[in-house]
Amino acid sequence: MAKKKRLKDLNFLEKIYLPEISKGLVQTFKKMFQPRFTMEYPEVKFEPPDSYRGRPVLVQEENGEERCVACGLCSRVCPALAIEIQAGETEREKERYPERFEINMIRCIFCGLCEEVCPEEAIIMSKDYELVFSNREDALYGKDKLLVPINELQDRINFLRKHK
Amino acid sequence: MPKFQIDGKEFEFKNGQTVLEVALENGIDIPHFCYHPLLSISGNCRMCLVEIEKMPKLMISCSTLAAEGMVVHTQSERAINARKAVMEFFLINHPLDCPICDEAGECKLQDYTYQHSIGESRFTETKNLKEKRVPLGPYVMFDGDRCIACSRCIRFCDEIAKSSQLTFVKRGDRVTIETFPGMQLDNSYSLNVTDICPVGALTNRDFRFKARVWDMSATKSVCIGCSRGCNIEVWVRSNEIMRLTPRFNPDVNQYWMCDEGRLKTWKHVNSDTRINGPQLRKNGTLAEVGWDEAYAFAISELKNFNKDEIGIILSSSASMEDNYMGIKFGKSVLGAKYFGYKSKVLKGSGDDILITDDKAPNTFGLELLLKSFSVRIENSFEQVMSLINEGKIKALLVIEDDILSGSEELNKTLDRLDLLIVTASNMNKTAEKAHIIFAASTYAEKNGTFVNVSGRIQRTKPAVVTSERERSLDGFEMSRLDKFGTEWDKWGKVNKIEARASWKILNGLGVVMGQKLKYNMAEEVFVDLSKTIDKLSGLDYRAIGETGVQLKLTNTN
Ligand code: SF4
Ligand code: SF4
Ligand code: SF4
Ligand code: SF4
Repeated sequence: MAKKKRLKDLNFLEKIYLPEISKGLVQTFKKMFQPRFTMEYPEVKFEPPDSYRGRPVLVQEENGEERCVACGLCSRVCPALAIEIQAGETEREKERYPERFEINMIRCIFCGLCEEVCPEEAIIMSKDYELVFSNREDALYGKDKLLVPINELQDRINFLRKHK
Repeated sequence: MPKFQIDGKEFEFKNGQTVLEVALENGIDIPHFCYHPLLSISGNCRMCLVEIEKMPKLMISCSTLAAEGMVVHTQSERAINARKAVMEFFLINHPLDCPICDEAGECKLQDYTYQHSIGESRFTETKNLKEKRVPLGPYVMFDGDRCIACSRCIRFCDEIAKSSQLTFVKRGDRVTIETFPGMQLDNSYSLNVTDICPVGALTNRDFRFKARVWDMSATKSVCIGCSRGCNIEVWVRSNEIMRLTPRFNPDVNQYWMCDEGRLKTWKHVNSDTRINGPQLRKNGTLAEVGWDEAYAFAISELKNFNKDEIGIILSSSASMEDNYMGIKFGKSVLGAKYFGYKSKVLKGSGDDILITDDKAPNTFGLELLLKSFSVRIENSFEQVMSLINEGKIKALLVIEDDILSGSEELNKTLDRLDLLIVTASNMNKTAEKAHIIFAASTYAEKNGTFVNVSGRIQRTKPAVVTSERERSLDGFEMSRLDKFGTEWDKWGKVNKIEARASWKILNGLGVVMGQKLKYNMAEEVFVDLSKTIDKLSGLDYRAIGETGVQLKLTNTN
């Protein structure tokens, strides 16, 4: 095998290492007295900014109804095919509602396209990043887990209205 | 032939053809809403405006006759601007509520809005609201907001269904559709208006909100509701049929199909009454068993009977392949002499549009088959039944027919049998009496051929997967979900019925009895049967194609 040539040969000082080690230690001591960024999760929880894309959720209006009209656009746009919807008819003004709405959280890649395409501002990327499941079935989030009251999502909605 | 120019190209035309007709024939798409090839010209939507040299105003191409030397521009600035203006007018009051509209994805207005509209609205006033969710009849729902007043639905009822039930009321931007006082939109063809309505104003109440069009696959097939054999598409999502729509065939059904066929010929495919795997009667009750056990049991039972003691009931609703195997198995394996089929003719139930008196899709074909095997057919069914009553026929094989339905008097007759074997897709009165049931695939689950009332042979193709097939491997139509789903996705975990085509069941029985011929595919059966019938010689599935082949009829028919 041919010997690979280094981009740059080490000079004498670098070759004896000790000066380089002390340089590194200077960094270490400097950082010891600066503020810390690491968090001791889960004792300390990370509060994401409004731009954060946690798990997608469905907006639940104050009267308890979902905003979603089951148009299927999120399901169509979802690059991971994570969303499955069965529409049904309702007496409400908008005629159509999701009888079943499921997001497969194993498939979801948190891209936020569903949120972007939704004509009703009904599906929103929440700040929830704590997703735990131990089997495939539990990863299917139905309406029971997806519906979140609108006041918990107000930050993100304001953010979207400002930047969309 | 006279010639004229569209967009700089010369086209020949026949006298009496309109500019739009010639353009569409030659693949030039002039957008239009109210024009329909089989309806009278109404000329009210103004979408097909084109510029014609030497004419002061733009002309609607649907009612302007082509003339020698005419020079038409469809892409000139004036024509394009006119189109944009027309679109803008349409959208003034249109709700554009595509997210909750069932038409989305197959909507002319939606498509044209993308193609020919300026992309934004200058209209800031409140939209004119009309009545939504009006049931016009038992099957059709009307949404006034979405109607663009093209009058296609009215003209369809007047001209095709021959029952004037719809009309415009009010004028200007308040115009809307209503049924005549005291009437409903309930003619036998009413659902066709949902296909020709260029927007989502008229929707199928049976299909509303069930599925998005882009989530389904569409398989080209043939309706089995009556002997007309209307060409259809079978729309499937997650291996379940969601709806049927008519498919254009100028020689059979044009663009139409009847409501009965559209709504009632497929519900059994997804139903709870499906027979899932073969069943044997043990100690008086039916129990599910494996195929091999059922085959072996059926053969061992059949061996107890003399040739003369076996009767075979074929079905004018079953495909050529199934009936062919029924006759072949009966004649050459069992040596049976008595064949029959129950006629499904309901005198007076047909009309002079599409619906025929004969409610079976393959009577013509079955008779061709019987004739080619020189089997006596006149009163054959009654003969078989009376032979059972006389105790001469003791074992009966029924292929895909519920002979008891509508003939309760036959109950006692069937009770006299020592052995009743049926192939059936759904539990029915005949199957309940059977000693052996073989689970049969429906027409939506197999390849098959049917000969319609005028002697046209047409094909059905499988749209729904049964346990013996795989959608991705067996050449089925695939929706987006079918292509990318896995077995762990809900929609990928489809319910597959344990069933086989009747020809395959009979083939299986034959093999157990040592029959030499072994078929693997429906097409092999067809190729063999086409050799026995002169009129079918040389045909195969490819030749029959999507729209079928008219058989040559002679006076003997
Ligand atoms: S965030 Fe992206 S991957 Fe997840 S459901 Fe929405 S569109 Fe699909
Ligand atoms: S895009 Fe919005 S309204 Fe449409 S189905 Fe998805 S969440 Fe519901
Ligand atoms: S009719 Fe067409 S354009 Fe109008 S709401 Fe329905 S899909 Fe949209
Ligand atoms: S309901 Fe449909 S077909 Fe009838 S006039 Fe309105 S848009 Fe045309």
